[in-house]
Amino acid sequence: MTAAPTARIASPTGPASVVRRKRGRFLPYWLLLPGLAWLIIFFVVPMVTLLTTSLQTGDPFNGYSLTWHWANYSDALRTYHAQLIRSFEYAAIATVAALLIAYPLAYAIAFKAGRWKNVLLVLVVAPFFTSFLVRTLAWETILSDNGFVVRVLRDVGLLGANGRLLATPVAVVCGLTYNFLPFMTLPLYASLEKIDPRLVHAANDLYANSFTAFWKVTWPMSMPGVVGGTLLTFIPAAGDFVNVQFLGAPQQQMIGNVIQSRFLVASDYPVASSLSVMLMFLILVLVVVYIRRAGTEELV
Amino acid sequence: MATAVAAASSRVAKPPVKRPAGEAAWRWLREHLVVIYAALALLYMFLPIFVVVMFSFNNPAGRYNFTWQGFTTKNWTNVCGVPGMCSAVTLSLKIGVLSTILATLFGTLIAFAIVRHRFYGRTATNMLIFLPMATPEVVMGSSLLALFINMNVSLGFTTILVAHILFNISFVVVTVKARLQGLDPRLEQAAMDLYANEWQTFRRITLPLVFPGILAAALLAFSLSFDDFIITNFNAGSQTVTFPMFVWGAAQRGIPAQINVIGTLMFTIALVVTLAVTLAGRRRAHR
Repeated sequence: MTAAPTARIASPTGPASVVRRKRGRFLPYWLLLPGLAWLIIFFVVPMVTLLTTSLQTGDPFNGYSLTWHWANYSDALRTYHAQLIRSFEYAAIATVAALLIAYPLAYAIAFKAGRWKNVLLVLVVAPFFTSFLVRTLAWETILSDNGFVVRVLRDVGLLGANGRLLATPVAVVCGLTYNFLPFMTLPLYASLEKIDPRLVHAANDLYANSFTAFWKVTWPMSMPGVVGGTLLTFIPAAGDFVNVQFLGAPQQQMIGNVIQSRFLVASDYPVASSLSVMLMFLILVLVVVYIRRAGTEELV
Repeated sequence: MATAVAAASSRVAKPPVKRPAGEAAWRWLREHLVVIYAALALLYMFLPIFVVVMFSFNNPAGRYNFTWQGFTTKNWTNVCGVPGMCSAVTLSLKIGVLSTILATLFGTLIAFAIVRHRFYGRTATNMLIFLPMATPEVVMGSSLLALFINMNVSLGFTTILVAHILFNISFVVVTVKARLQGLDPRLEQAAMDLYANEWQTFRRITLPLVFPGILAAALLAFSLSFDDFIITNFNAGSQTVTFPMFVWGAAQRGIPAQINVIGTLMFTIALVVTLAVTLAGRRRAHR
């Protein structure tokens, strides 16, 4: 009777785990080897290559060579600063719009859906199962000049008689907002779902009205989801070039369009690389600053 | 105060005081505001899907499929009638399956190492997993292209596969890690106490418990690969055309309605699979 419990307690430090520990010394490295090798060869090394390519000079016909030509950066900035700034503007507006759409949705699924939670989550992601490009083409149809939306807006007077939505910043931001919605909704849901509803009830018992209870309890506790969701929306939106291509016009070009055409059409690898490096750097700075601020001021 | 009195008097007096209909409606609206908003948001999310499905039955007059001309089923009966489209879909499926298998294998191994072992360089590993997810797709695609150009690698099937495995690994690690961290270690200890050796414990206890996480990771990886355009666009070259690449090309030359048929099929198949997995998970949880 007494032997069994002792055995159960003793076993984690028994012979089996000693063997495990000995063999386990190199085991994690074997587990990591294939995946990490892949990440190092095809992610870290290319980043270094991108950096060196951005410092090359030459031309598409005779090839490029590394000359530590830092002026590529200032040249690229001088020519394309408008597109760079515009990318961040559009991405920021789209992120805020996505937050406004997704937060109540995630809230309703987390607190009001009951046993239908999982099915509703599937439905929230389902529209994004169709191809990204097909989805964006569908928006081109919806916003097209003789489409329903434009006709209504013209009748109401929000658009002039010949006003259009396609080839305007509005259409591009609409597309950006729509296309990355699941990246906003899912993290929001994940953090809202963890909140104990009794905390909100407690706030109500202490005479907080529903707005105060939300602002002081629910919102701060959902902060990890807000930070995660906004980053996951902002990053792909800032680097996107498909929405501009399908819904916008050359006047709305974002930095992704420039990188794409400089690389693949003009074969101007150094300038394209320097733009890529700048985009990556700006995004990383933004991520670090944002997480720090949200982490120290809001998350405590 | 006034409403409280009214409520009290209505309880006492037999014929209840009729509340103005507006007030009841307002209260109902306030209680259900979030739900109504959510329903509208869901409707908005499905709007393009309706368009995709509807226009797969369109009979377009010109080369573009933007205005409704009339109902037809010919796009569905003649899906592969568009030159190059079905081979593009097949290529996407092939790359999707191969990249999913390899990325799921690599990612699952990393997840086990991170969750189950303490080793030198663990923080750096976590960082290396996180970084690709924080990298915009243009940057990832163009950096790989820079590497391939500098190494004189010719672009095509292999380079696309390499890129897809790369961006899938991190998502697999994150998904499997979440499942592993939620696992009760006592279940494995119990198996060891019952004289299961390490392999038996892994095979009979750990793997079945982690399997839903691995399956979810694989489904995610496949859908990311099948749908990827931006990174593929940089690493495909001009001869190898995946389905998203085909759509991109078609958007400049003229869009056949059959693209909407593929879009509708993708949506339906993915929805059925995901609902099946979700409902199966629910049934397992109830047992």
